[in-house]
Amino acid sequence: MGDFQVTLNRKPRYVIEDRCTGCTTCVEYCPVEYPDQFNQEISENKAVHIFFAQAIPLIAYIDESCLYLKEKKCRICENVCKADAIDLGQKAQKMEIKVAAIVLATGYDTYDPSLKNEYGYGRMTNVVTSMDFERLLCATGPYEGEILRASDRKHPHKIAWIQCVGSRRVTPGDNSYCSAVCCSYTQKQVILTKDHDADAKLTVFHNDIRSYGKDFERYYQRAEELSDVRFIRSYTTVSREDPETKNVFVRYATADDGVQEEEFDMVVLSVGLNPPADYQGLADKFGIELTEHGFCLASPTNPIETTSPGVYVCGAFQGPMDIPESVYTASGAGTQCGELLNYRRGELTRERVYPAEKDVSQEKPKIGVFVCHCGSNIGRVVDVPSTVEYALSLPNVVYAQEQLFSCATNSAREITDTIKEKGLNRVVVAACSPRTLEPLFRDTLREAGLNQYYYDMANIREHCSWCHSKEKEESTNKAQDIIRMSVARAGHLKPLQEMDLPVNKAALVVGGGIAGMTSALSMANQGHEIHLVEKENDLGGMARRLHYTLDGLDVQGYLDGLVRQVYRHPAIHVYTNAEVTEATGYVGNFVTKLSSDRGPSEIKHGATVVAVGVDVYTPTEYLYGQDERVLTHLELEERISQGDEAVTGAQTLVMIQCVGCRNKDRNYCSRVCCSESIKNALKLKEINPEMDIYILFRDIRTYGMLEDYYREASAKDVKFIRYEPENPPQVEAAEEEGRPVLQVSLMDYVLGQELAIGADIVTLAAAVIPREDNKDISQLFKVSLGPDDFFKEAHVKLRPVDFATDGVYLCGTAHYPKHIPEAINQAYGAAGRALTLLSNDIVTVSGSVCEVAEDRCMGCGACAQVCTYGAIEFRKTKKGQKAVVNPVICKGDGLCNAKCPTGAIFLKHFTDDELLSQIDAMSATA
Amino acid sequence: METETAQLLKIPADGNYGDVMVLGGGISGIQASLDLATAGYKVYLVEKSPAIGGHMSQLDKTYPTNDCSM
Repeated sequence: MGDFQVTLNRKPRYVIEDRCTGCTTCVEYCPVEYPDQFNQEISENKAVHIFFAQAIPLIAYIDESCLYLKEKKCRICENVCKADAIDLGQKAQKMEIKVAAIVLATGYDTYDPSLKNEYGYGRMTNVVTSMDFERLLCATGPYEGEILRASDRKHPHKIAWIQCVGSRRVTPGDNSYCSAVCCSYTQKQVILTKDHDADAKLTVFHNDIRSYGKDFERYYQRAEELSDVRFIRSYTTVSREDPETKNVFVRYATADDGVQEEEFDMVVLSVGLNPPADYQGLADKFGIELTEHGFCLASPTNPIETTSPGVYVCGAFQGPMDIPESVYTASGAGTQCGELLNYRRGELTRERVYPAEKDVSQEKPKIGVFVCHCGSNIGRVVDVPSTVEYALSLPNVVYAQEQLFSCATNSAREITDTIKEKGLNRVVVAACSPRTLEPLFRDTLREAGLNQYYYDMANIREHCSWCHSKEKEESTNKAQDIIRMSVARAGHLKPLQEMDLPVNKAALVVGGGIAGMTSALSMANQGHEIHLVEKENDLGGMARRLHYTLDGLDVQGYLDGLVRQVYRHPAIHVYTNAEVTEATGYVGNFVTKLSSDRGPSEIKHGATVVAVGVDVYTPTEYLYGQDERVLTHLELEERISQGDEAVTGAQTLVMIQCVGCRNKDRNYCSRVCCSESIKNALKLKEINPEMDIYILFRDIRTYGMLEDYYREASAKDVKFIRYEPENPPQVEAAEEEGRPVLQVSLMDYVLGQELAIGADIVTLAAAVIPREDNKDISQLFKVSLGPDDFFKEAHVKLRPVDFATDGVYLCGTAHYPKHIPEAINQAYGAAGRALTLLSNDIVTVSGSVCEVAEDRCMGCGACAQVCTYGAIEFRKTKKGQKAVVNPVICKGDGLCNAKCPTGAIFLKHFTDDELLSQIDAMSATA
Repeated sequence: METETAQLLKIPADGNYGDVMVLGGGISGIQASLDLATAGYKVYLVEKSPAIGGHMSQLDKTYPTNDCSM
């Protein structure tokens, strides 16, 4: 630990990285066509090519199909490369690096269905995998976003998806686990296919639908409600291919119609996730242990820590997971490296230094326009050269040029160089949406010593080439209109200064459950003062009610240890019976007032972590509260752990799933209940193997490795019976052969008949529900809630533990119901994100914020009412009450501008002057 | 220019010493590298293919918002 020497083998690219400009001339001239790996080998690429259109780095490489590398022939690329960047003599390089920690983020490999004859993959042209289909859907895909069949290049109209390919099966070559992502990605593909072709007839052959994640249930409904979309619950095989049409026949069986065969134009195999192909090699090299499935072995109480000290794991090498989990486990690996390496933080890094800013505010605007081809994204539709010509004709424009990818490193450098060379003082890049790349382009100005706000972005991709791809001439005209508007605005832009704020190094953690405590400990271990706030008398949260887990964790033992660590940690201050009474301040500088066992406190902190947890639904269904033999699953667990014989000695026990959720009131899945019920069933079977246990379910959602426990329960004769929500089970008190029972009756769809079960105990999988006080917390900390009243992250995929409000982070079940290891993963993730703030001395906030022209303000308060960030205060002046914007809190959304009756409040960088000049330019013709 | 690029990548001039090696340049490896670098650590990000991005760069869109994956 702390001292790794790693030998890397750097493969030759045969292209000198510093010289390649990504112009792709070599690609044009290369005579070798070779299946394109990035496009799943559906289309061809050249032996020399750029991996994909937006690749980073955006430079070419030569693969093993090169004629010179194979037969010492050709060398055309060398001759055509103007940058002299081709080096066919390049050799693999050995490189030694020394590091103190290692993060394994190797990801997954997809299951290869050609290993199994039964799906026809590789034999039948129109059987594709879901990854193939993903490329077919994509604008940068093999047919540029057209879904075509390989056999005849025609649009398939009737498409079938087969779920669980390679997953949830114990046959050799398959994976016994559930791949966790396929149900939802298939629904996505169905929705997108309907976007491509509204008349398409789509069928999904599935087992359980596992929409267990945040907002997944609604997504499933969205897919299912589309016209001509069928979801059919059936095992399926690909039976044959029509030799003429190359259509594919699928055999399946339904309860109503028995076995059938149906013809489809295309069949998509929803392939599962394998561990990385070289998992054994990884284990040997890094000294880590693996699970039986080849994923990285880790403890349930820290899924990021491998068995090899100093080696951490994030992403799908932990096991199948989706993107947000891959992101927050990565941040979690970050914080764990930090715990190890805090002592040397900052020693090897260097601050970036920009040249001093020139004052050009008195100069006449000299605008440079750079028009991006975006590969073919823009260039294929918009006539870029004539647009450059046009730009040169506009007022104040002194320079214009085209670029293949303006965002490529070399192009960005070119912008900087051109600014200096031509003395530009304003820059317009006509390319894509400012959302992703504006920061990069602003940076090119800073590099050239210009204020970064002298920049405007003309979006000629999303707003033009993408939405009018068929109308080339009109698109070119529109691109020119957009550029004319941008140029007009650029002339009015003002230099703005960003503000550097100090960062208070302490953090506040709201919620003392497993997530809150884990997050607090990780930050405290890196030298940060932590204030941990718990509403109840004791730390522990919902985990206080759990006793054992499927993976064998003694929850109370673990919890006691965690609580002890928290109390013993000198940097953690615990506030119990606490309530947050006031929260003010902003990123790096929050002030929160509490009342707690310690009396009233005022805490200053730089970051906030919201880990307030959840509640459990109190059922009104199935005689709960009326008959004491009806329990929730948490009550059952409590009774089992107490050894209550009324429970452990029951002859028959029935568990009913989905009580209080997946319905109109709560349109989401509580995620944990299927596994919790199976956990309790296995525990009961262990104590009393004779007990008859029935689990009445809608879909069993034992995603990922939890699937193995579902199989184990079935093998131990736990009976799983599916019910439909329209026809839920009925529970009534009755007698069976003189024994008082709860009679549970329901329709068994497999047997096709009504069942009546005489149960001694009925347990209900009561929904996990958001806390009542989530609304108060959300208002106090100025963060939002989603449609189901769980806390809403900044971005579902890419910022899963950040809030839109800077400096506030989210973890645990407050985000959405989840199992203990998942909450721990996420808690480390939130700590990791908080550390990216807390480990710096300053934080920079945008210069594009609102300001008030005081003489015009009447102090009416309309602006403050609409400000969701609480950035506007009122101050008494000699001329009455006036609004004042705190520029640090203001996010520049401009809501207040629209409300202000006198136009006193304005948003810098989006002033009336700037916007009106743009509108005038729109209506003016060139 | 080269020195400026080095600053961008936070590479010190001296030797092959780093704080952390991140193996794999997919979404998880990229996030880990960014967080670590922002928190003040020198990172080596090691990727086997010619570009970073991993499987996510191959996806068209992402569920459940249908946001562009690229």
